Amino acid sequence: MLDATSRARLPARPGVGYKPQHFADILADAGPVAWLEIHAENYMGDGGRPLAQLRHLAERFPISVHGVGLSIGGEGPLDPDHLARLKHLCGWLDPASFSEHLAWSTHEGAFLNDLLPLPYTEATLARVAAHVAQVQDRIGRRMLLENPSTYLDFTESEMGEIDFLAEIARRTGCGLLLDVNNVFVSCTNRQTDPAGYIDRFPHDRVGEIHLGGHDAGRDDAGAALLIDSHGREVADPVWHLYEQTVRLGGARPTLIEWDNDVPGWATLAAEAGRAARILDPAAA
Amino acid sequence: MTPQGQFRAALLDPDLPVPSGLTGPAGRPARRRFDIYRNNVTASLTEALRQSFPVVRALVGEEFFIALAIAHLRAYPPASPLLMFYGQDMPAFLESFPAARALGYLPDVARLELALRQSYHAADADALDPDRLRALAPETFLAARLRLAPAVRLLRSDWPVLSIWRANMRGAAPPRDRTAEDILITRTEFDPEPQLLPPGAASFLTALIGGATVGTALDHAGAFDLTATLSLLLADGAITDLITD
Repeated sequence: MLDATSRARLPARPGVGYKPQHFADILADAGPVAWLEIHAENYMGDGGRPLAQLRHLAERFPISVHGVGLSIGGEGPLDPDHLARLKHLCGWLDPASFSEHLAWSTHEGAFLNDLLPLPYTEATLARVAAHVAQVQDRIGRRMLLENPSTYLDFTESEMGEIDFLAEIARRTGCGLLLDVNNVFVSCTNRQTDPAGYIDRFPHDRVGEIHLGGHDAGRDDAGAALLIDSHGREVADPVWHLYEQTVRLGGARPTLIEWDNDVPGWATLAAEAGRAARILDPAAA
Repeated sequence: MTPQGQFRAALLDPDLPVPSGLTGPAGRPARRRFDIYRNNVTASLTEALRQSFPVVRALVGEEFFIALAIAHLRAYPPASPLLMFYGQDMPAFLESFPAARALGYLPDVARLELALRQSYHAADADALDPDRLRALAPETFLAARLRLAPAVRLLRSDWPVLSIWRANMRGAAPPRDRTAEDILITRTEFDPEPQLLPPGAASFLTALIGGATVGTALDHAGAFDLTATLSLLLADGAITDLITD
């Protein structure tokens, strides 16, 4: 019912995070890239080049709106001004998908520009579910909620991340965005098994997959500590997890995320091509 | 303090201990793990300020700017997730930042850079056909109100701020004297352009922007070159409408 107004769905093919420096390349030859994702907050100005480019691209490609500033995991209420801006953007653009993160970024009016972690408890579950329901109600469409990359745990957590996400999806009807790189980063950082995470994930809820690059470091004890940097190619172990994901859950719209040290279009299109071959081996 | 309040405070203050209740695998300490979040917040907000203030950055040097940006983001974290508008408090912050006080023009340079950013994201508008203005009888013109484009910004400075901006962004010669400059920002399509206003024109434009009729605005202004000012406005599509009662 919530999806009734949307024109299009994302195709089960590769997409990329849109960067303005690729505008001309995309229009000339998008290659294997079948859809584009934008960060909602970058298109909340009143006019000018960003909105003109977006209107142009939206005539040619399905667009996914990915929010990074809603702070759905925040202790406080959602920002009504920001909800209004999202509603406005989703209203005129009519995107094929809207997604946000299981994380918080704003506290008492200060926006910290990072996807910050929260403990998984009955109390936080109730709060996040209420926020997701409020977002879906306000913007009038079903949203996807993304699993985070995390670097630490909370001693008060009472349940695992998958149970937490699945229960939010059950209570609100939202879909899930499975970020396979985040799975690899978080499981490595928690010293748990990423393949087991993919095995147990509720794939029937997944509306979109994210793939991105990470950096490697060490924690206080010298253990591997991966950082979700979105600044390089997708790592080989993440491609393997992605193959496992497609085997279990079937082909899903798959985004290549590359937000820092953004490469030329050919490099990004090549990453999308690698995803395309996994999504549809017959076409490769 | 709530758990997220504690988390936020420690993110913005490296001297505070890691919040309680955080852990690495097998109950090991999470200090370096928490520092990843600290670093993400500081680095990403510093980068947002670097992008917003290229000329301030060029004037003070990269190293000083990063110290300045970190002090600024700790005192004034963004008030909204629209990072393209982050830095509204930078001019006031520069006025109060002791190490920057010797460069008295810095706050106005920051104001110019903020105004350019606002202009870039302002709503689009169609320019007025200049013939509509030319066709008016003098008394109708004086009684008319002019609506300016949403991307227009006016900035008055006691410093040669546009000359400083041009020296850094366009390789122009740096100003030799401390002359006041009035600056008009217009946006013909997508790229805002700051221009020097003829002396005295700023008072006229301030009155027009405030909704005054052309006649009243002229009364507010001293002697200035009206023809040159109107040509500049019309050439760059800065006037979008003409209201005659």
